[in-house]
Amino acid sequence: MQLDRPTLIEAYRRMRLIRDFEDNVQAQFEQGRIPGFVHLYAGQEASAVGVCLHLSDEDYIGSTHRGHGHCIAKGCDVTGMMKEIFGREGGLCRGKGGSMHIADLDKGMLGANAIVGGNPPLVVGAALTLKTKGLPHVAVSFTGDGGSNQGTTFEAMNLAVVLGLPAIFVFENNGYGEGTGVDYAVGADSIAGRAAGFGMPATTVDGRDFFAVFEAAREAIERARTGGGPSAIEVTCMRQHGHFIGDAQAYRSKEELERVRADDPLRLFRERVTSEGRLEPADLDAVDRECAEAIAAAIDAAEAAPVPAEDELLTDVYVSY
Amino acid sequence: MPRKTYRQAINEALDSEMARDENVIVMGEDVAGGAGGSGEDDAYGGVLGVTKGLVGKYGRTRVIDTPITESAIMGAAAGAASTGLRPVAELMFVDFVGVCFDQIFNQAAKFRYMFGGKARTPLVIRSMIGAGMSAAAQHSQALHPIFTHIPGLKVVMPSNAYDAKGLLIQAIRDDDPVIFLEHKALYDTQAEVPDEPYTIPFGEAEFVTEGDDVTVVAFSAMVPRAKAVADELDKDGIEVELIDPRTTSPLDEEAILESVERTGRLVIVDESSPRCGMAADIAALVASKGFAHLKAPVAMVTPPHTPVPFAPNLEAAYLPSTDRIAAAVRATLGEAVPAE
Repeated sequence: MQLDRPTLIEAYRRMRLIRDFEDNVQAQFEQGRIPGFVHLYAGQEASAVGVCLHLSDEDYIGSTHRGHGHCIAKGCDVTGMMKEIFGREGGLCRGKGGSMHIADLDKGMLGANAIVGGNPPLVVGAALTLKTKGLPHVAVSFTGDGGSNQGTTFEAMNLAVVLGLPAIFVFENNGYGEGTGVDYAVGADSIAGRAAGFGMPATTVDGRDFFAVFEAAREAIERARTGGGPSAIEVTCMRQHGHFIGDAQAYRSKEELERVRADDPLRLFRERVTSEGRLEPADLDAVDRECAEAIAAAIDAAEAAPVPAEDELLTDVYVSY
Repeated sequence: MPRKTYRQAINEALDSEMARDENVIVMGEDVAGGAGGSGEDDAYGGVLGVTKGLVGKYGRTRVIDTPITESAIMGAAAGAASTGLRPVAELMFVDFVGVCFDQIFNQAAKFRYMFGGKARTPLVIRSMIGAGMSAAAQHSQALHPIFTHIPGLKVVMPSNAYDAKGLLIQAIRDDDPVIFLEHKALYDTQAEVPDEPYTIPFGEAEFVTEGDDVTVVAFSAMVPRAKAVADELDKDGIEVELIDPRTTSPLDEEAILESVERTGRLVIVDESSPRCGMAADIAALVASKGFAHLKAPVAMVTPPHTPVPFAPNLEAAYLPSTDRIAAAVRATLGEAVPAE
């Protein structure tokens, strides 16, 4: 499928926004301005964007504890996200969720999820709503290779097949569950093969290649929208950073870390679209500038935002609290 | 008014709410029963027949038989509740919650708070608690304190058919996740139950009997048991004020404290394990907020801290008996109690 110029620019814009967001969050965290734990998505941008570019606000996604990229790809406001990560008023979850729990239901973003394997059953539920109401939308679960080992994920895949739901299981295989390698921790030849065992179409794509992810997602999403039921996509990708900010990554070799930098999906995208004459370097440079400004403004806004009032501690436990 | 069983009352509540609101769905293991089999289409209606007949009225898109897959049932119900349906998910025996804690405690219960108040999770989880059928340790527990412990969940435990219908309709219309705990020993008990729908608000205790001598707080199947004791003691001139909180979260603290202020004596009868259980919770409430009114130590009548046994005589010994409840009341009044 040949993508038009505005779509290519939008794809690059979202990937660049994720990268800038993550690079800046890392710097802010290291300066002690962000509380808690932060898990960066940098290096996996082509996966979130390649999938979410097909989705509207009426489609749902469920995410992982490495959720910033999925939020941005799904259209969440980066300033609201930054305020949330800083623990400030005006954050997307009013400072009660933080990095690992950002949600924006108006955007169909059902939440980052700090429990590995937590989201697949929830996404199946969202797909159940869509099918029950006869709506032509889909629900996508982003899960890691670690989450692919959880029983909840297996149960969710089976239930989605049994009920014929418009659910798509995207497995972002970045090679590590925390610090433990996939070759050790996943007892199967491939995660896609594992998903296929539940009775759904499943494919593996190179997550460095935005176009490969985009095309696989297009097929799966179209199938789900037209009543063809669930499917799975294993996206092989590379996590540029450690499991969390501050992780020294001693479990990865120097050679591997060099390869991670060389296989940068943003650089590969830029090289491809410019060499094929589909976009000019100046087009991409303009996106770079726009994204850098947006993230800088988000950080300024987060720093300037007040902390939540203390009585917020007791609000919103129940609807009528 | 027609007399109906607890089972019928719950079925009526589901039926009327499904008729009223097309977003209400019922899902769980064998809630219709017979999906994919060669026999009857509506064979079960849940393992004890509570949802019998609903699939015939509302079809398989709204009465959904699932595989045996509790994590996925609870998670899918939570996800569906977050996106516009009002699922009533059946967790067949509450004991099975062990394999799906995460989806209830970390997901459904947390969404509203964690997402800054923007999420609504109108989910009802119906489950079955309690001993009395020789179902032994993995099918007999009363785990309501575990749910009560988690902020974000509402916990309902009807003790009779009338309350079961009104509280379940209230639960289905509530926008928070509600754990609705049915006692398996109560399904065939009867009460007067109106045909039309009605609701009972959460957090309002019922005064089953009124009296000035001793306050007895009892939950679920312990309520009729404590009522039998109250009726018996009444013959001896002992006036028991029996309170059924009906919901443990929210809890009608005011009703309990107000009653203890009058009676000065408190006995709590509950089927959950004694450590960190409901009885300990109510005792702590009164000790911290009503201590000045107490004329005697608080008595707690619970099972021992042991799993539920199988043999009928052991199971009977496990449960709080009418004799133990009566003895606790008399002891609170300072009467000599015969040794057991």
